[in-house]
Order: sequence, then structure tokens, then C-alpha cells
Amino acid sequence: MSDVLGRVYQAGEDIVREGETGDCMYVIQRGEAEVLRDLDGVQTVVDRMAAGDIFGEIAIVQKTVRTSTVRAVTEVHAITVDRETFLRRVKEDPTLALNVLQVVAGRVRRLDTEIARLKRELAVAGGR
Amino acid sequence: MDAKNKGSTAHRIEASLVDSISGSVVTSTSGGLADPATWAASGSGAWTEKGSKPDPSDMRLQEGSRVAVVGGGPAGSLFSHFLLRSLSMSGVQIELDIFEPRLFTHSGPSGCNHCGGVVSESLVQILATEGINLPAEVVQRGIDSYQMHMDVGQVRISTPLQERRIAAVYRGNGPRRAPPRMTMGFDRHLLEMAVAGGANWRHQLVCSVQRDGERWRIGCTEGEGGVYDLLVVASGINSALLPILAETGIGYRPPAPLRTFIAEFHLGKSVIETYLGSSMHVFLLDIPGLSFAALIPKGEYVSLCMLGDSIDDHMIETFLNSREVRDCFPEGHVPQNVCHCLASINVKPAQCPYGDRFVFIGDSAVARLYKDGIGSAYRTAKAAAATCGLQGISASDFQAGYQPTCRALVRDNTIGRFIFGVCHLIQKLRFTRRGVLRMVEKEQSVPGRKPRMSGILWDVFTGSAPYSSVLLRTLHPAFICSLLWNLLVANLPGVASASREVRVT
Repeated sequence: MSDVLGRVYQAGEDIVREGETGDCMYVIQRGEAEVLRDLDGVQTVVDRMAAGDIFGEIAIVQKTVRTSTVRAVTEVHAITVDRETFLRRVKEDPTLALNVLQVVAGRVRRLDTEIARLKRELAVAGGR
Repeated sequence: MDAKNKGSTAHRIEASLVDSISGSVVTSTSGGLADPATWAASGSGAWTEKGSKPDPSDMRLQEGSRVAVVGGGPAGSLFSHFLLRSLSMSGVQIELDIFEPRLFTHSGPSGCNHCGGVVSESLVQILATEGINLPAEVVQRGIDSYQMHMDVGQVRISTPLQERRIAAVYRGNGPRRAPPRMTMGFDRHLLEMAVAGGANWRHQLVCSVQRDGERWRIGCTEGEGGVYDLLVVASGINSALLPILAETGIGYRPPAPLRTFIAEFHLGKSVIETYLGSSMHVFLLDIPGLSFAALIPKGEYVSLCMLGDSIDDHMIETFLNSREVRDCFPEGHVPQNVCHCLASINVKPAQCPYGDRFVFIGDSAVARLYKDGIGSAYRTAKAAAATCGLQGISASDFQAGYQPTCRALVRDNTIGRFIFGVCHLIQKLRFTRRGVLRMVEKEQSVPGRKPRMSGILWDVFTGSAPYSSVLLRTLHPAFICSLLWNLLVANLPGVASASREVRVT
């Protein structure tokens, strides 16, 4: 028989909440989640994530509050990666941070594309 | 090549082979490096046809280089994965062959790598961070807690947030005569990952390794394996290849082994759920010679893993007949095992696990004492791959890039020996067992109290933290005072213990 690693989050459950402090990041093993940003009291979905995606990595490298809420869309299994475990390994093997860097780079690229698309739509809408 | 050239080259190699752990130069032994005749007989060859030692700066993997990885277990597959990933970032294409005759798809010993099959809590986190996730087909059971059994009581220690962060896996494809399952062995999963990253999997058994000029010539039971620029040995400690390599004159000496007993019992999923749950069951019993014993639930089966200096039939029988073990099975009856083996683990590091154009990784080099063998495979594989990909493949490159990882493991094992010595003392002395149990119980019952003892036991049993970190925490004055107090109170007349659950925070 098989099993899935990580903690289970039910659909609709918040995995992390914007504004809360955190000292860990997460790796999704199964299921889908959405990233929400609170703007003027309204939560807007800014990204979606699935198995293999990493989030909450900012809390590992900066002592700051969560910048977004991540909510399970389906049942989500996610592994919690402790700051202490991660930093201890990075000290011995700095290349470990490369994968996190690649994930962050991919997210920045995707969001850049999204911003460009939205700006173009705004420009088109403004030109009408 | 004439005898004079052979001799001078042999001395140069001898000087270059530095013991990676102690830093001392390896002196020749019988049939060793200083004897050119022996060296020639071993088929080691010479560094160059001209007899001159190559410049270490020339020893780098470049476009078209050929790498032989002997052994397709976790160390070999992870090394291949990380090296290919590292080189692909720099746009360098190499040819990497993994020599692994097993398919890891057969049940029983022929498809197994003879190991308890536990991926530690910290390794699960790190592999996930590396982008190496263990799918449900690979994980036989997610472990979320440890149950510690002693004659004075038992206690459960859980992971924070009740999270399944320890993976119980099969290294092969399950015990002997196990029915076909829709699952995959851990080793096969990693091997397929390496192949997906560009490695060639050669289903061949390596039977000889010889120097061919600067390079390595691999011989297989089914003919010529090929000539390679770099040799990576990841064949584990149970391989017959290690003594052969030790005779090739490269200075390598295999690690010291410790015998283990591993057995599989068929209980069925519902029985396992009732009696063992998702906990790993650890036993601190006063059985002479027994260092560690655990029951690991895995789907339809439970694995028994025993480590000790003198494991024999009598010790196994004594252990299985103990009340604490029988209580983990239905009606107090331990069934006949369906599969068992007496495998070895690495308890003392190899000498000279690297040199010009060769490196030994995983159990054939150095491993963490008693615990987290797969984690040691990951650490040595990653360090060796980073060295080969970013620095070079000369002895001096491995000295700078690979040796620190080996040395860190060896130093931590020295502390580990002390810690397991203390654990052994707890096993032997009933009054200490009472004190430890009471301390863990109290940590649970008083909200907000720091779980010092349960955290330490968790890290010792799971192998999640370095032994140095565990030792530092035992030296904390609060821990010492609390332990002394609990030792005193637990041994007062009329004090009884009850089984409790403890959560590590």
C-alpha cells in the first residue's frame, strides 16, 4: 500500500496566512493551492500552485511576515521544511539554495509575464 | 613501461593519496603502493605513458567526458542526478553510465538493497527542497511518530503538527513472495530519476576495474564495460567489488562493517493500523550486545531492524520473545518472518575514498553512525557531484571539495558513539529508564514546558539532527537539572508510569 508524505490540508483551508509570522516553507506533494493577496480588504488570486511547487521561502531567509495567503483548493498534502533544517544544510552545501532560487526565478518570470499582460489589457481598455 | 618509471610513478601516487579523514599520508602496506611489481600485477597501470604525473588543473570534466558510476543505489543515482544537473547549467554534455545489474523490481533479496528503508525527517525535507519528491507509489507508509518501548513503560513522541515527514520505503520491491503491487522501490525511483536526467543505465555487473593510462577500464561479466575519465564507486558496503578495488593499489581500504538483522513480517494493513499505526517502534531493552532495534510499519508488512556487535540467533530469539516486542503483535504472537537478511552497515570510514579521477561515495566511503544511511548517501553524493561539476576530479579537488563532508560525518560519529554509549547505559540501568520515561511524560503533561528529553530522543532515533547538536542540548543546565530530578522522583517507592503521547515542538 502507498502513502503520501506531509500534512493534510482540506479544500478551503489556509496553509499560511498573509501577515502572520512564519519560520518554515512548504513543498506541495499532492493537490492544488491558490495564492491570494489582500488589496484594500479584497483578496485576489495572484497565482496557483500544484505538486512540486515551493512556497513560503521568504520566511526562511527573512524574519518577516507572510506576504500572501496560500489556500488549499483541493485536498493538499504539503511537507513543512523547517528554517533550522534548511539553513543547517545550506551551510554545508550552498548549492541546496539553487533549487529554491530556480523556483523563485520561475515565479518572478511568470508574474512578470502576468504584469505585462495586464498592462497591455489596461492600455487596450484605456485606448477604447 | 619500464620498471624504473613504474616505481617512480608509484611513489608519486603514494604521496598524493592522503587519508581523507585523518589527513595523514597513507603508507604502503603489503602488496601496496611502494611495490611496483605488485602494482603492475594488480593491473593498475600508470598515470601516463610517459610516466609523468598529470597536472591537477587538467583534470576537469569537459564536453564528451565519460563517467562510470558503479552501483545504482541512492548514492549512485543521486550523484548522477546532481552531476548532470550541475553540468547542464554550464552547458557541458558528458556521457554518464550507471552500472547496476539489479532491476529493483523483483521481490525478495534479488531486488533488494538490504536496509531498514527509512528516509529520515530531515532528508525528506531536503529532498523535497531539491525537487526530489517521493510519490505515493514509493512511500510504503508516512511515519509521524516514534513509540519508545522499555520494560518500565512506553511513550509516544510525535512530529510537530502531526505531520508525516518520515518515509518508510522498500529499497527493492518488497519481501520475498510478496504479491505484485502497484508500488515502486525507492532505489528504482531514484535510478529512473537519474536516467530521466540523462544517465545511461547499464544492466551489467562490474567484475574488474583497472587503470588504463590516466583513465579507468571497466570490465563486466558480459564483456567490456568501457574506458572512463572518472570512476565513481557507489556499490555499498556489501559489494564484492570493494576488496577487489582495495587490491588495485589506489590506497583505498573498505569501511569496517557492523552486522544487522533485517526481517519482514506479514501482518496485513488493518492489523498494522491497529497495533503499530504510523509510528516507528523503538526498543530500549537490556539485551547484551543489542545497540538498536526498531519495528517499521510498511503497508502490508512490518520490517524489523536490529543493530549490534554480536547479532546471532539467540539474541534475535531473546528480542522477539520479550514482552515489549510481543505486545506489538496480535495476541502477543510474533509470526514467522517471510524474508530476512544479515546485511552490513558502515561503522568506520573507508581510507582514501578518493584520488585522481576516482571517488567512493555512500556506504563504500563513510556513513552516519547507525542512522540515516540514505541521508549519508545523499550528503556524500551531493558533495562529490558538486566537486566534480564545479571544481575538478583530481585528488586535490576532492580534498578541497569532498573531504570536508566526509570529515564532518566522521567527527559527528565520534560524538554519536558517546551518545549511543549513554543510550546503552539507559538500556542497562532500570532506574535511568524510569527517570527518562518520567521526564518525557512530564514534558507532555505541563503545557509550555520545553520538551528537552523528547526532542533529544527524537533526534537520536530519527537521525534528524547532527549528534553534536544532540550533545549540546544534553549539556544545557536545565536539561541536566530536570533529568536529575526525574531520576530521583521516578525511583521513589510507589511512583508508577503510564503510557503517554509526547509531541516534539
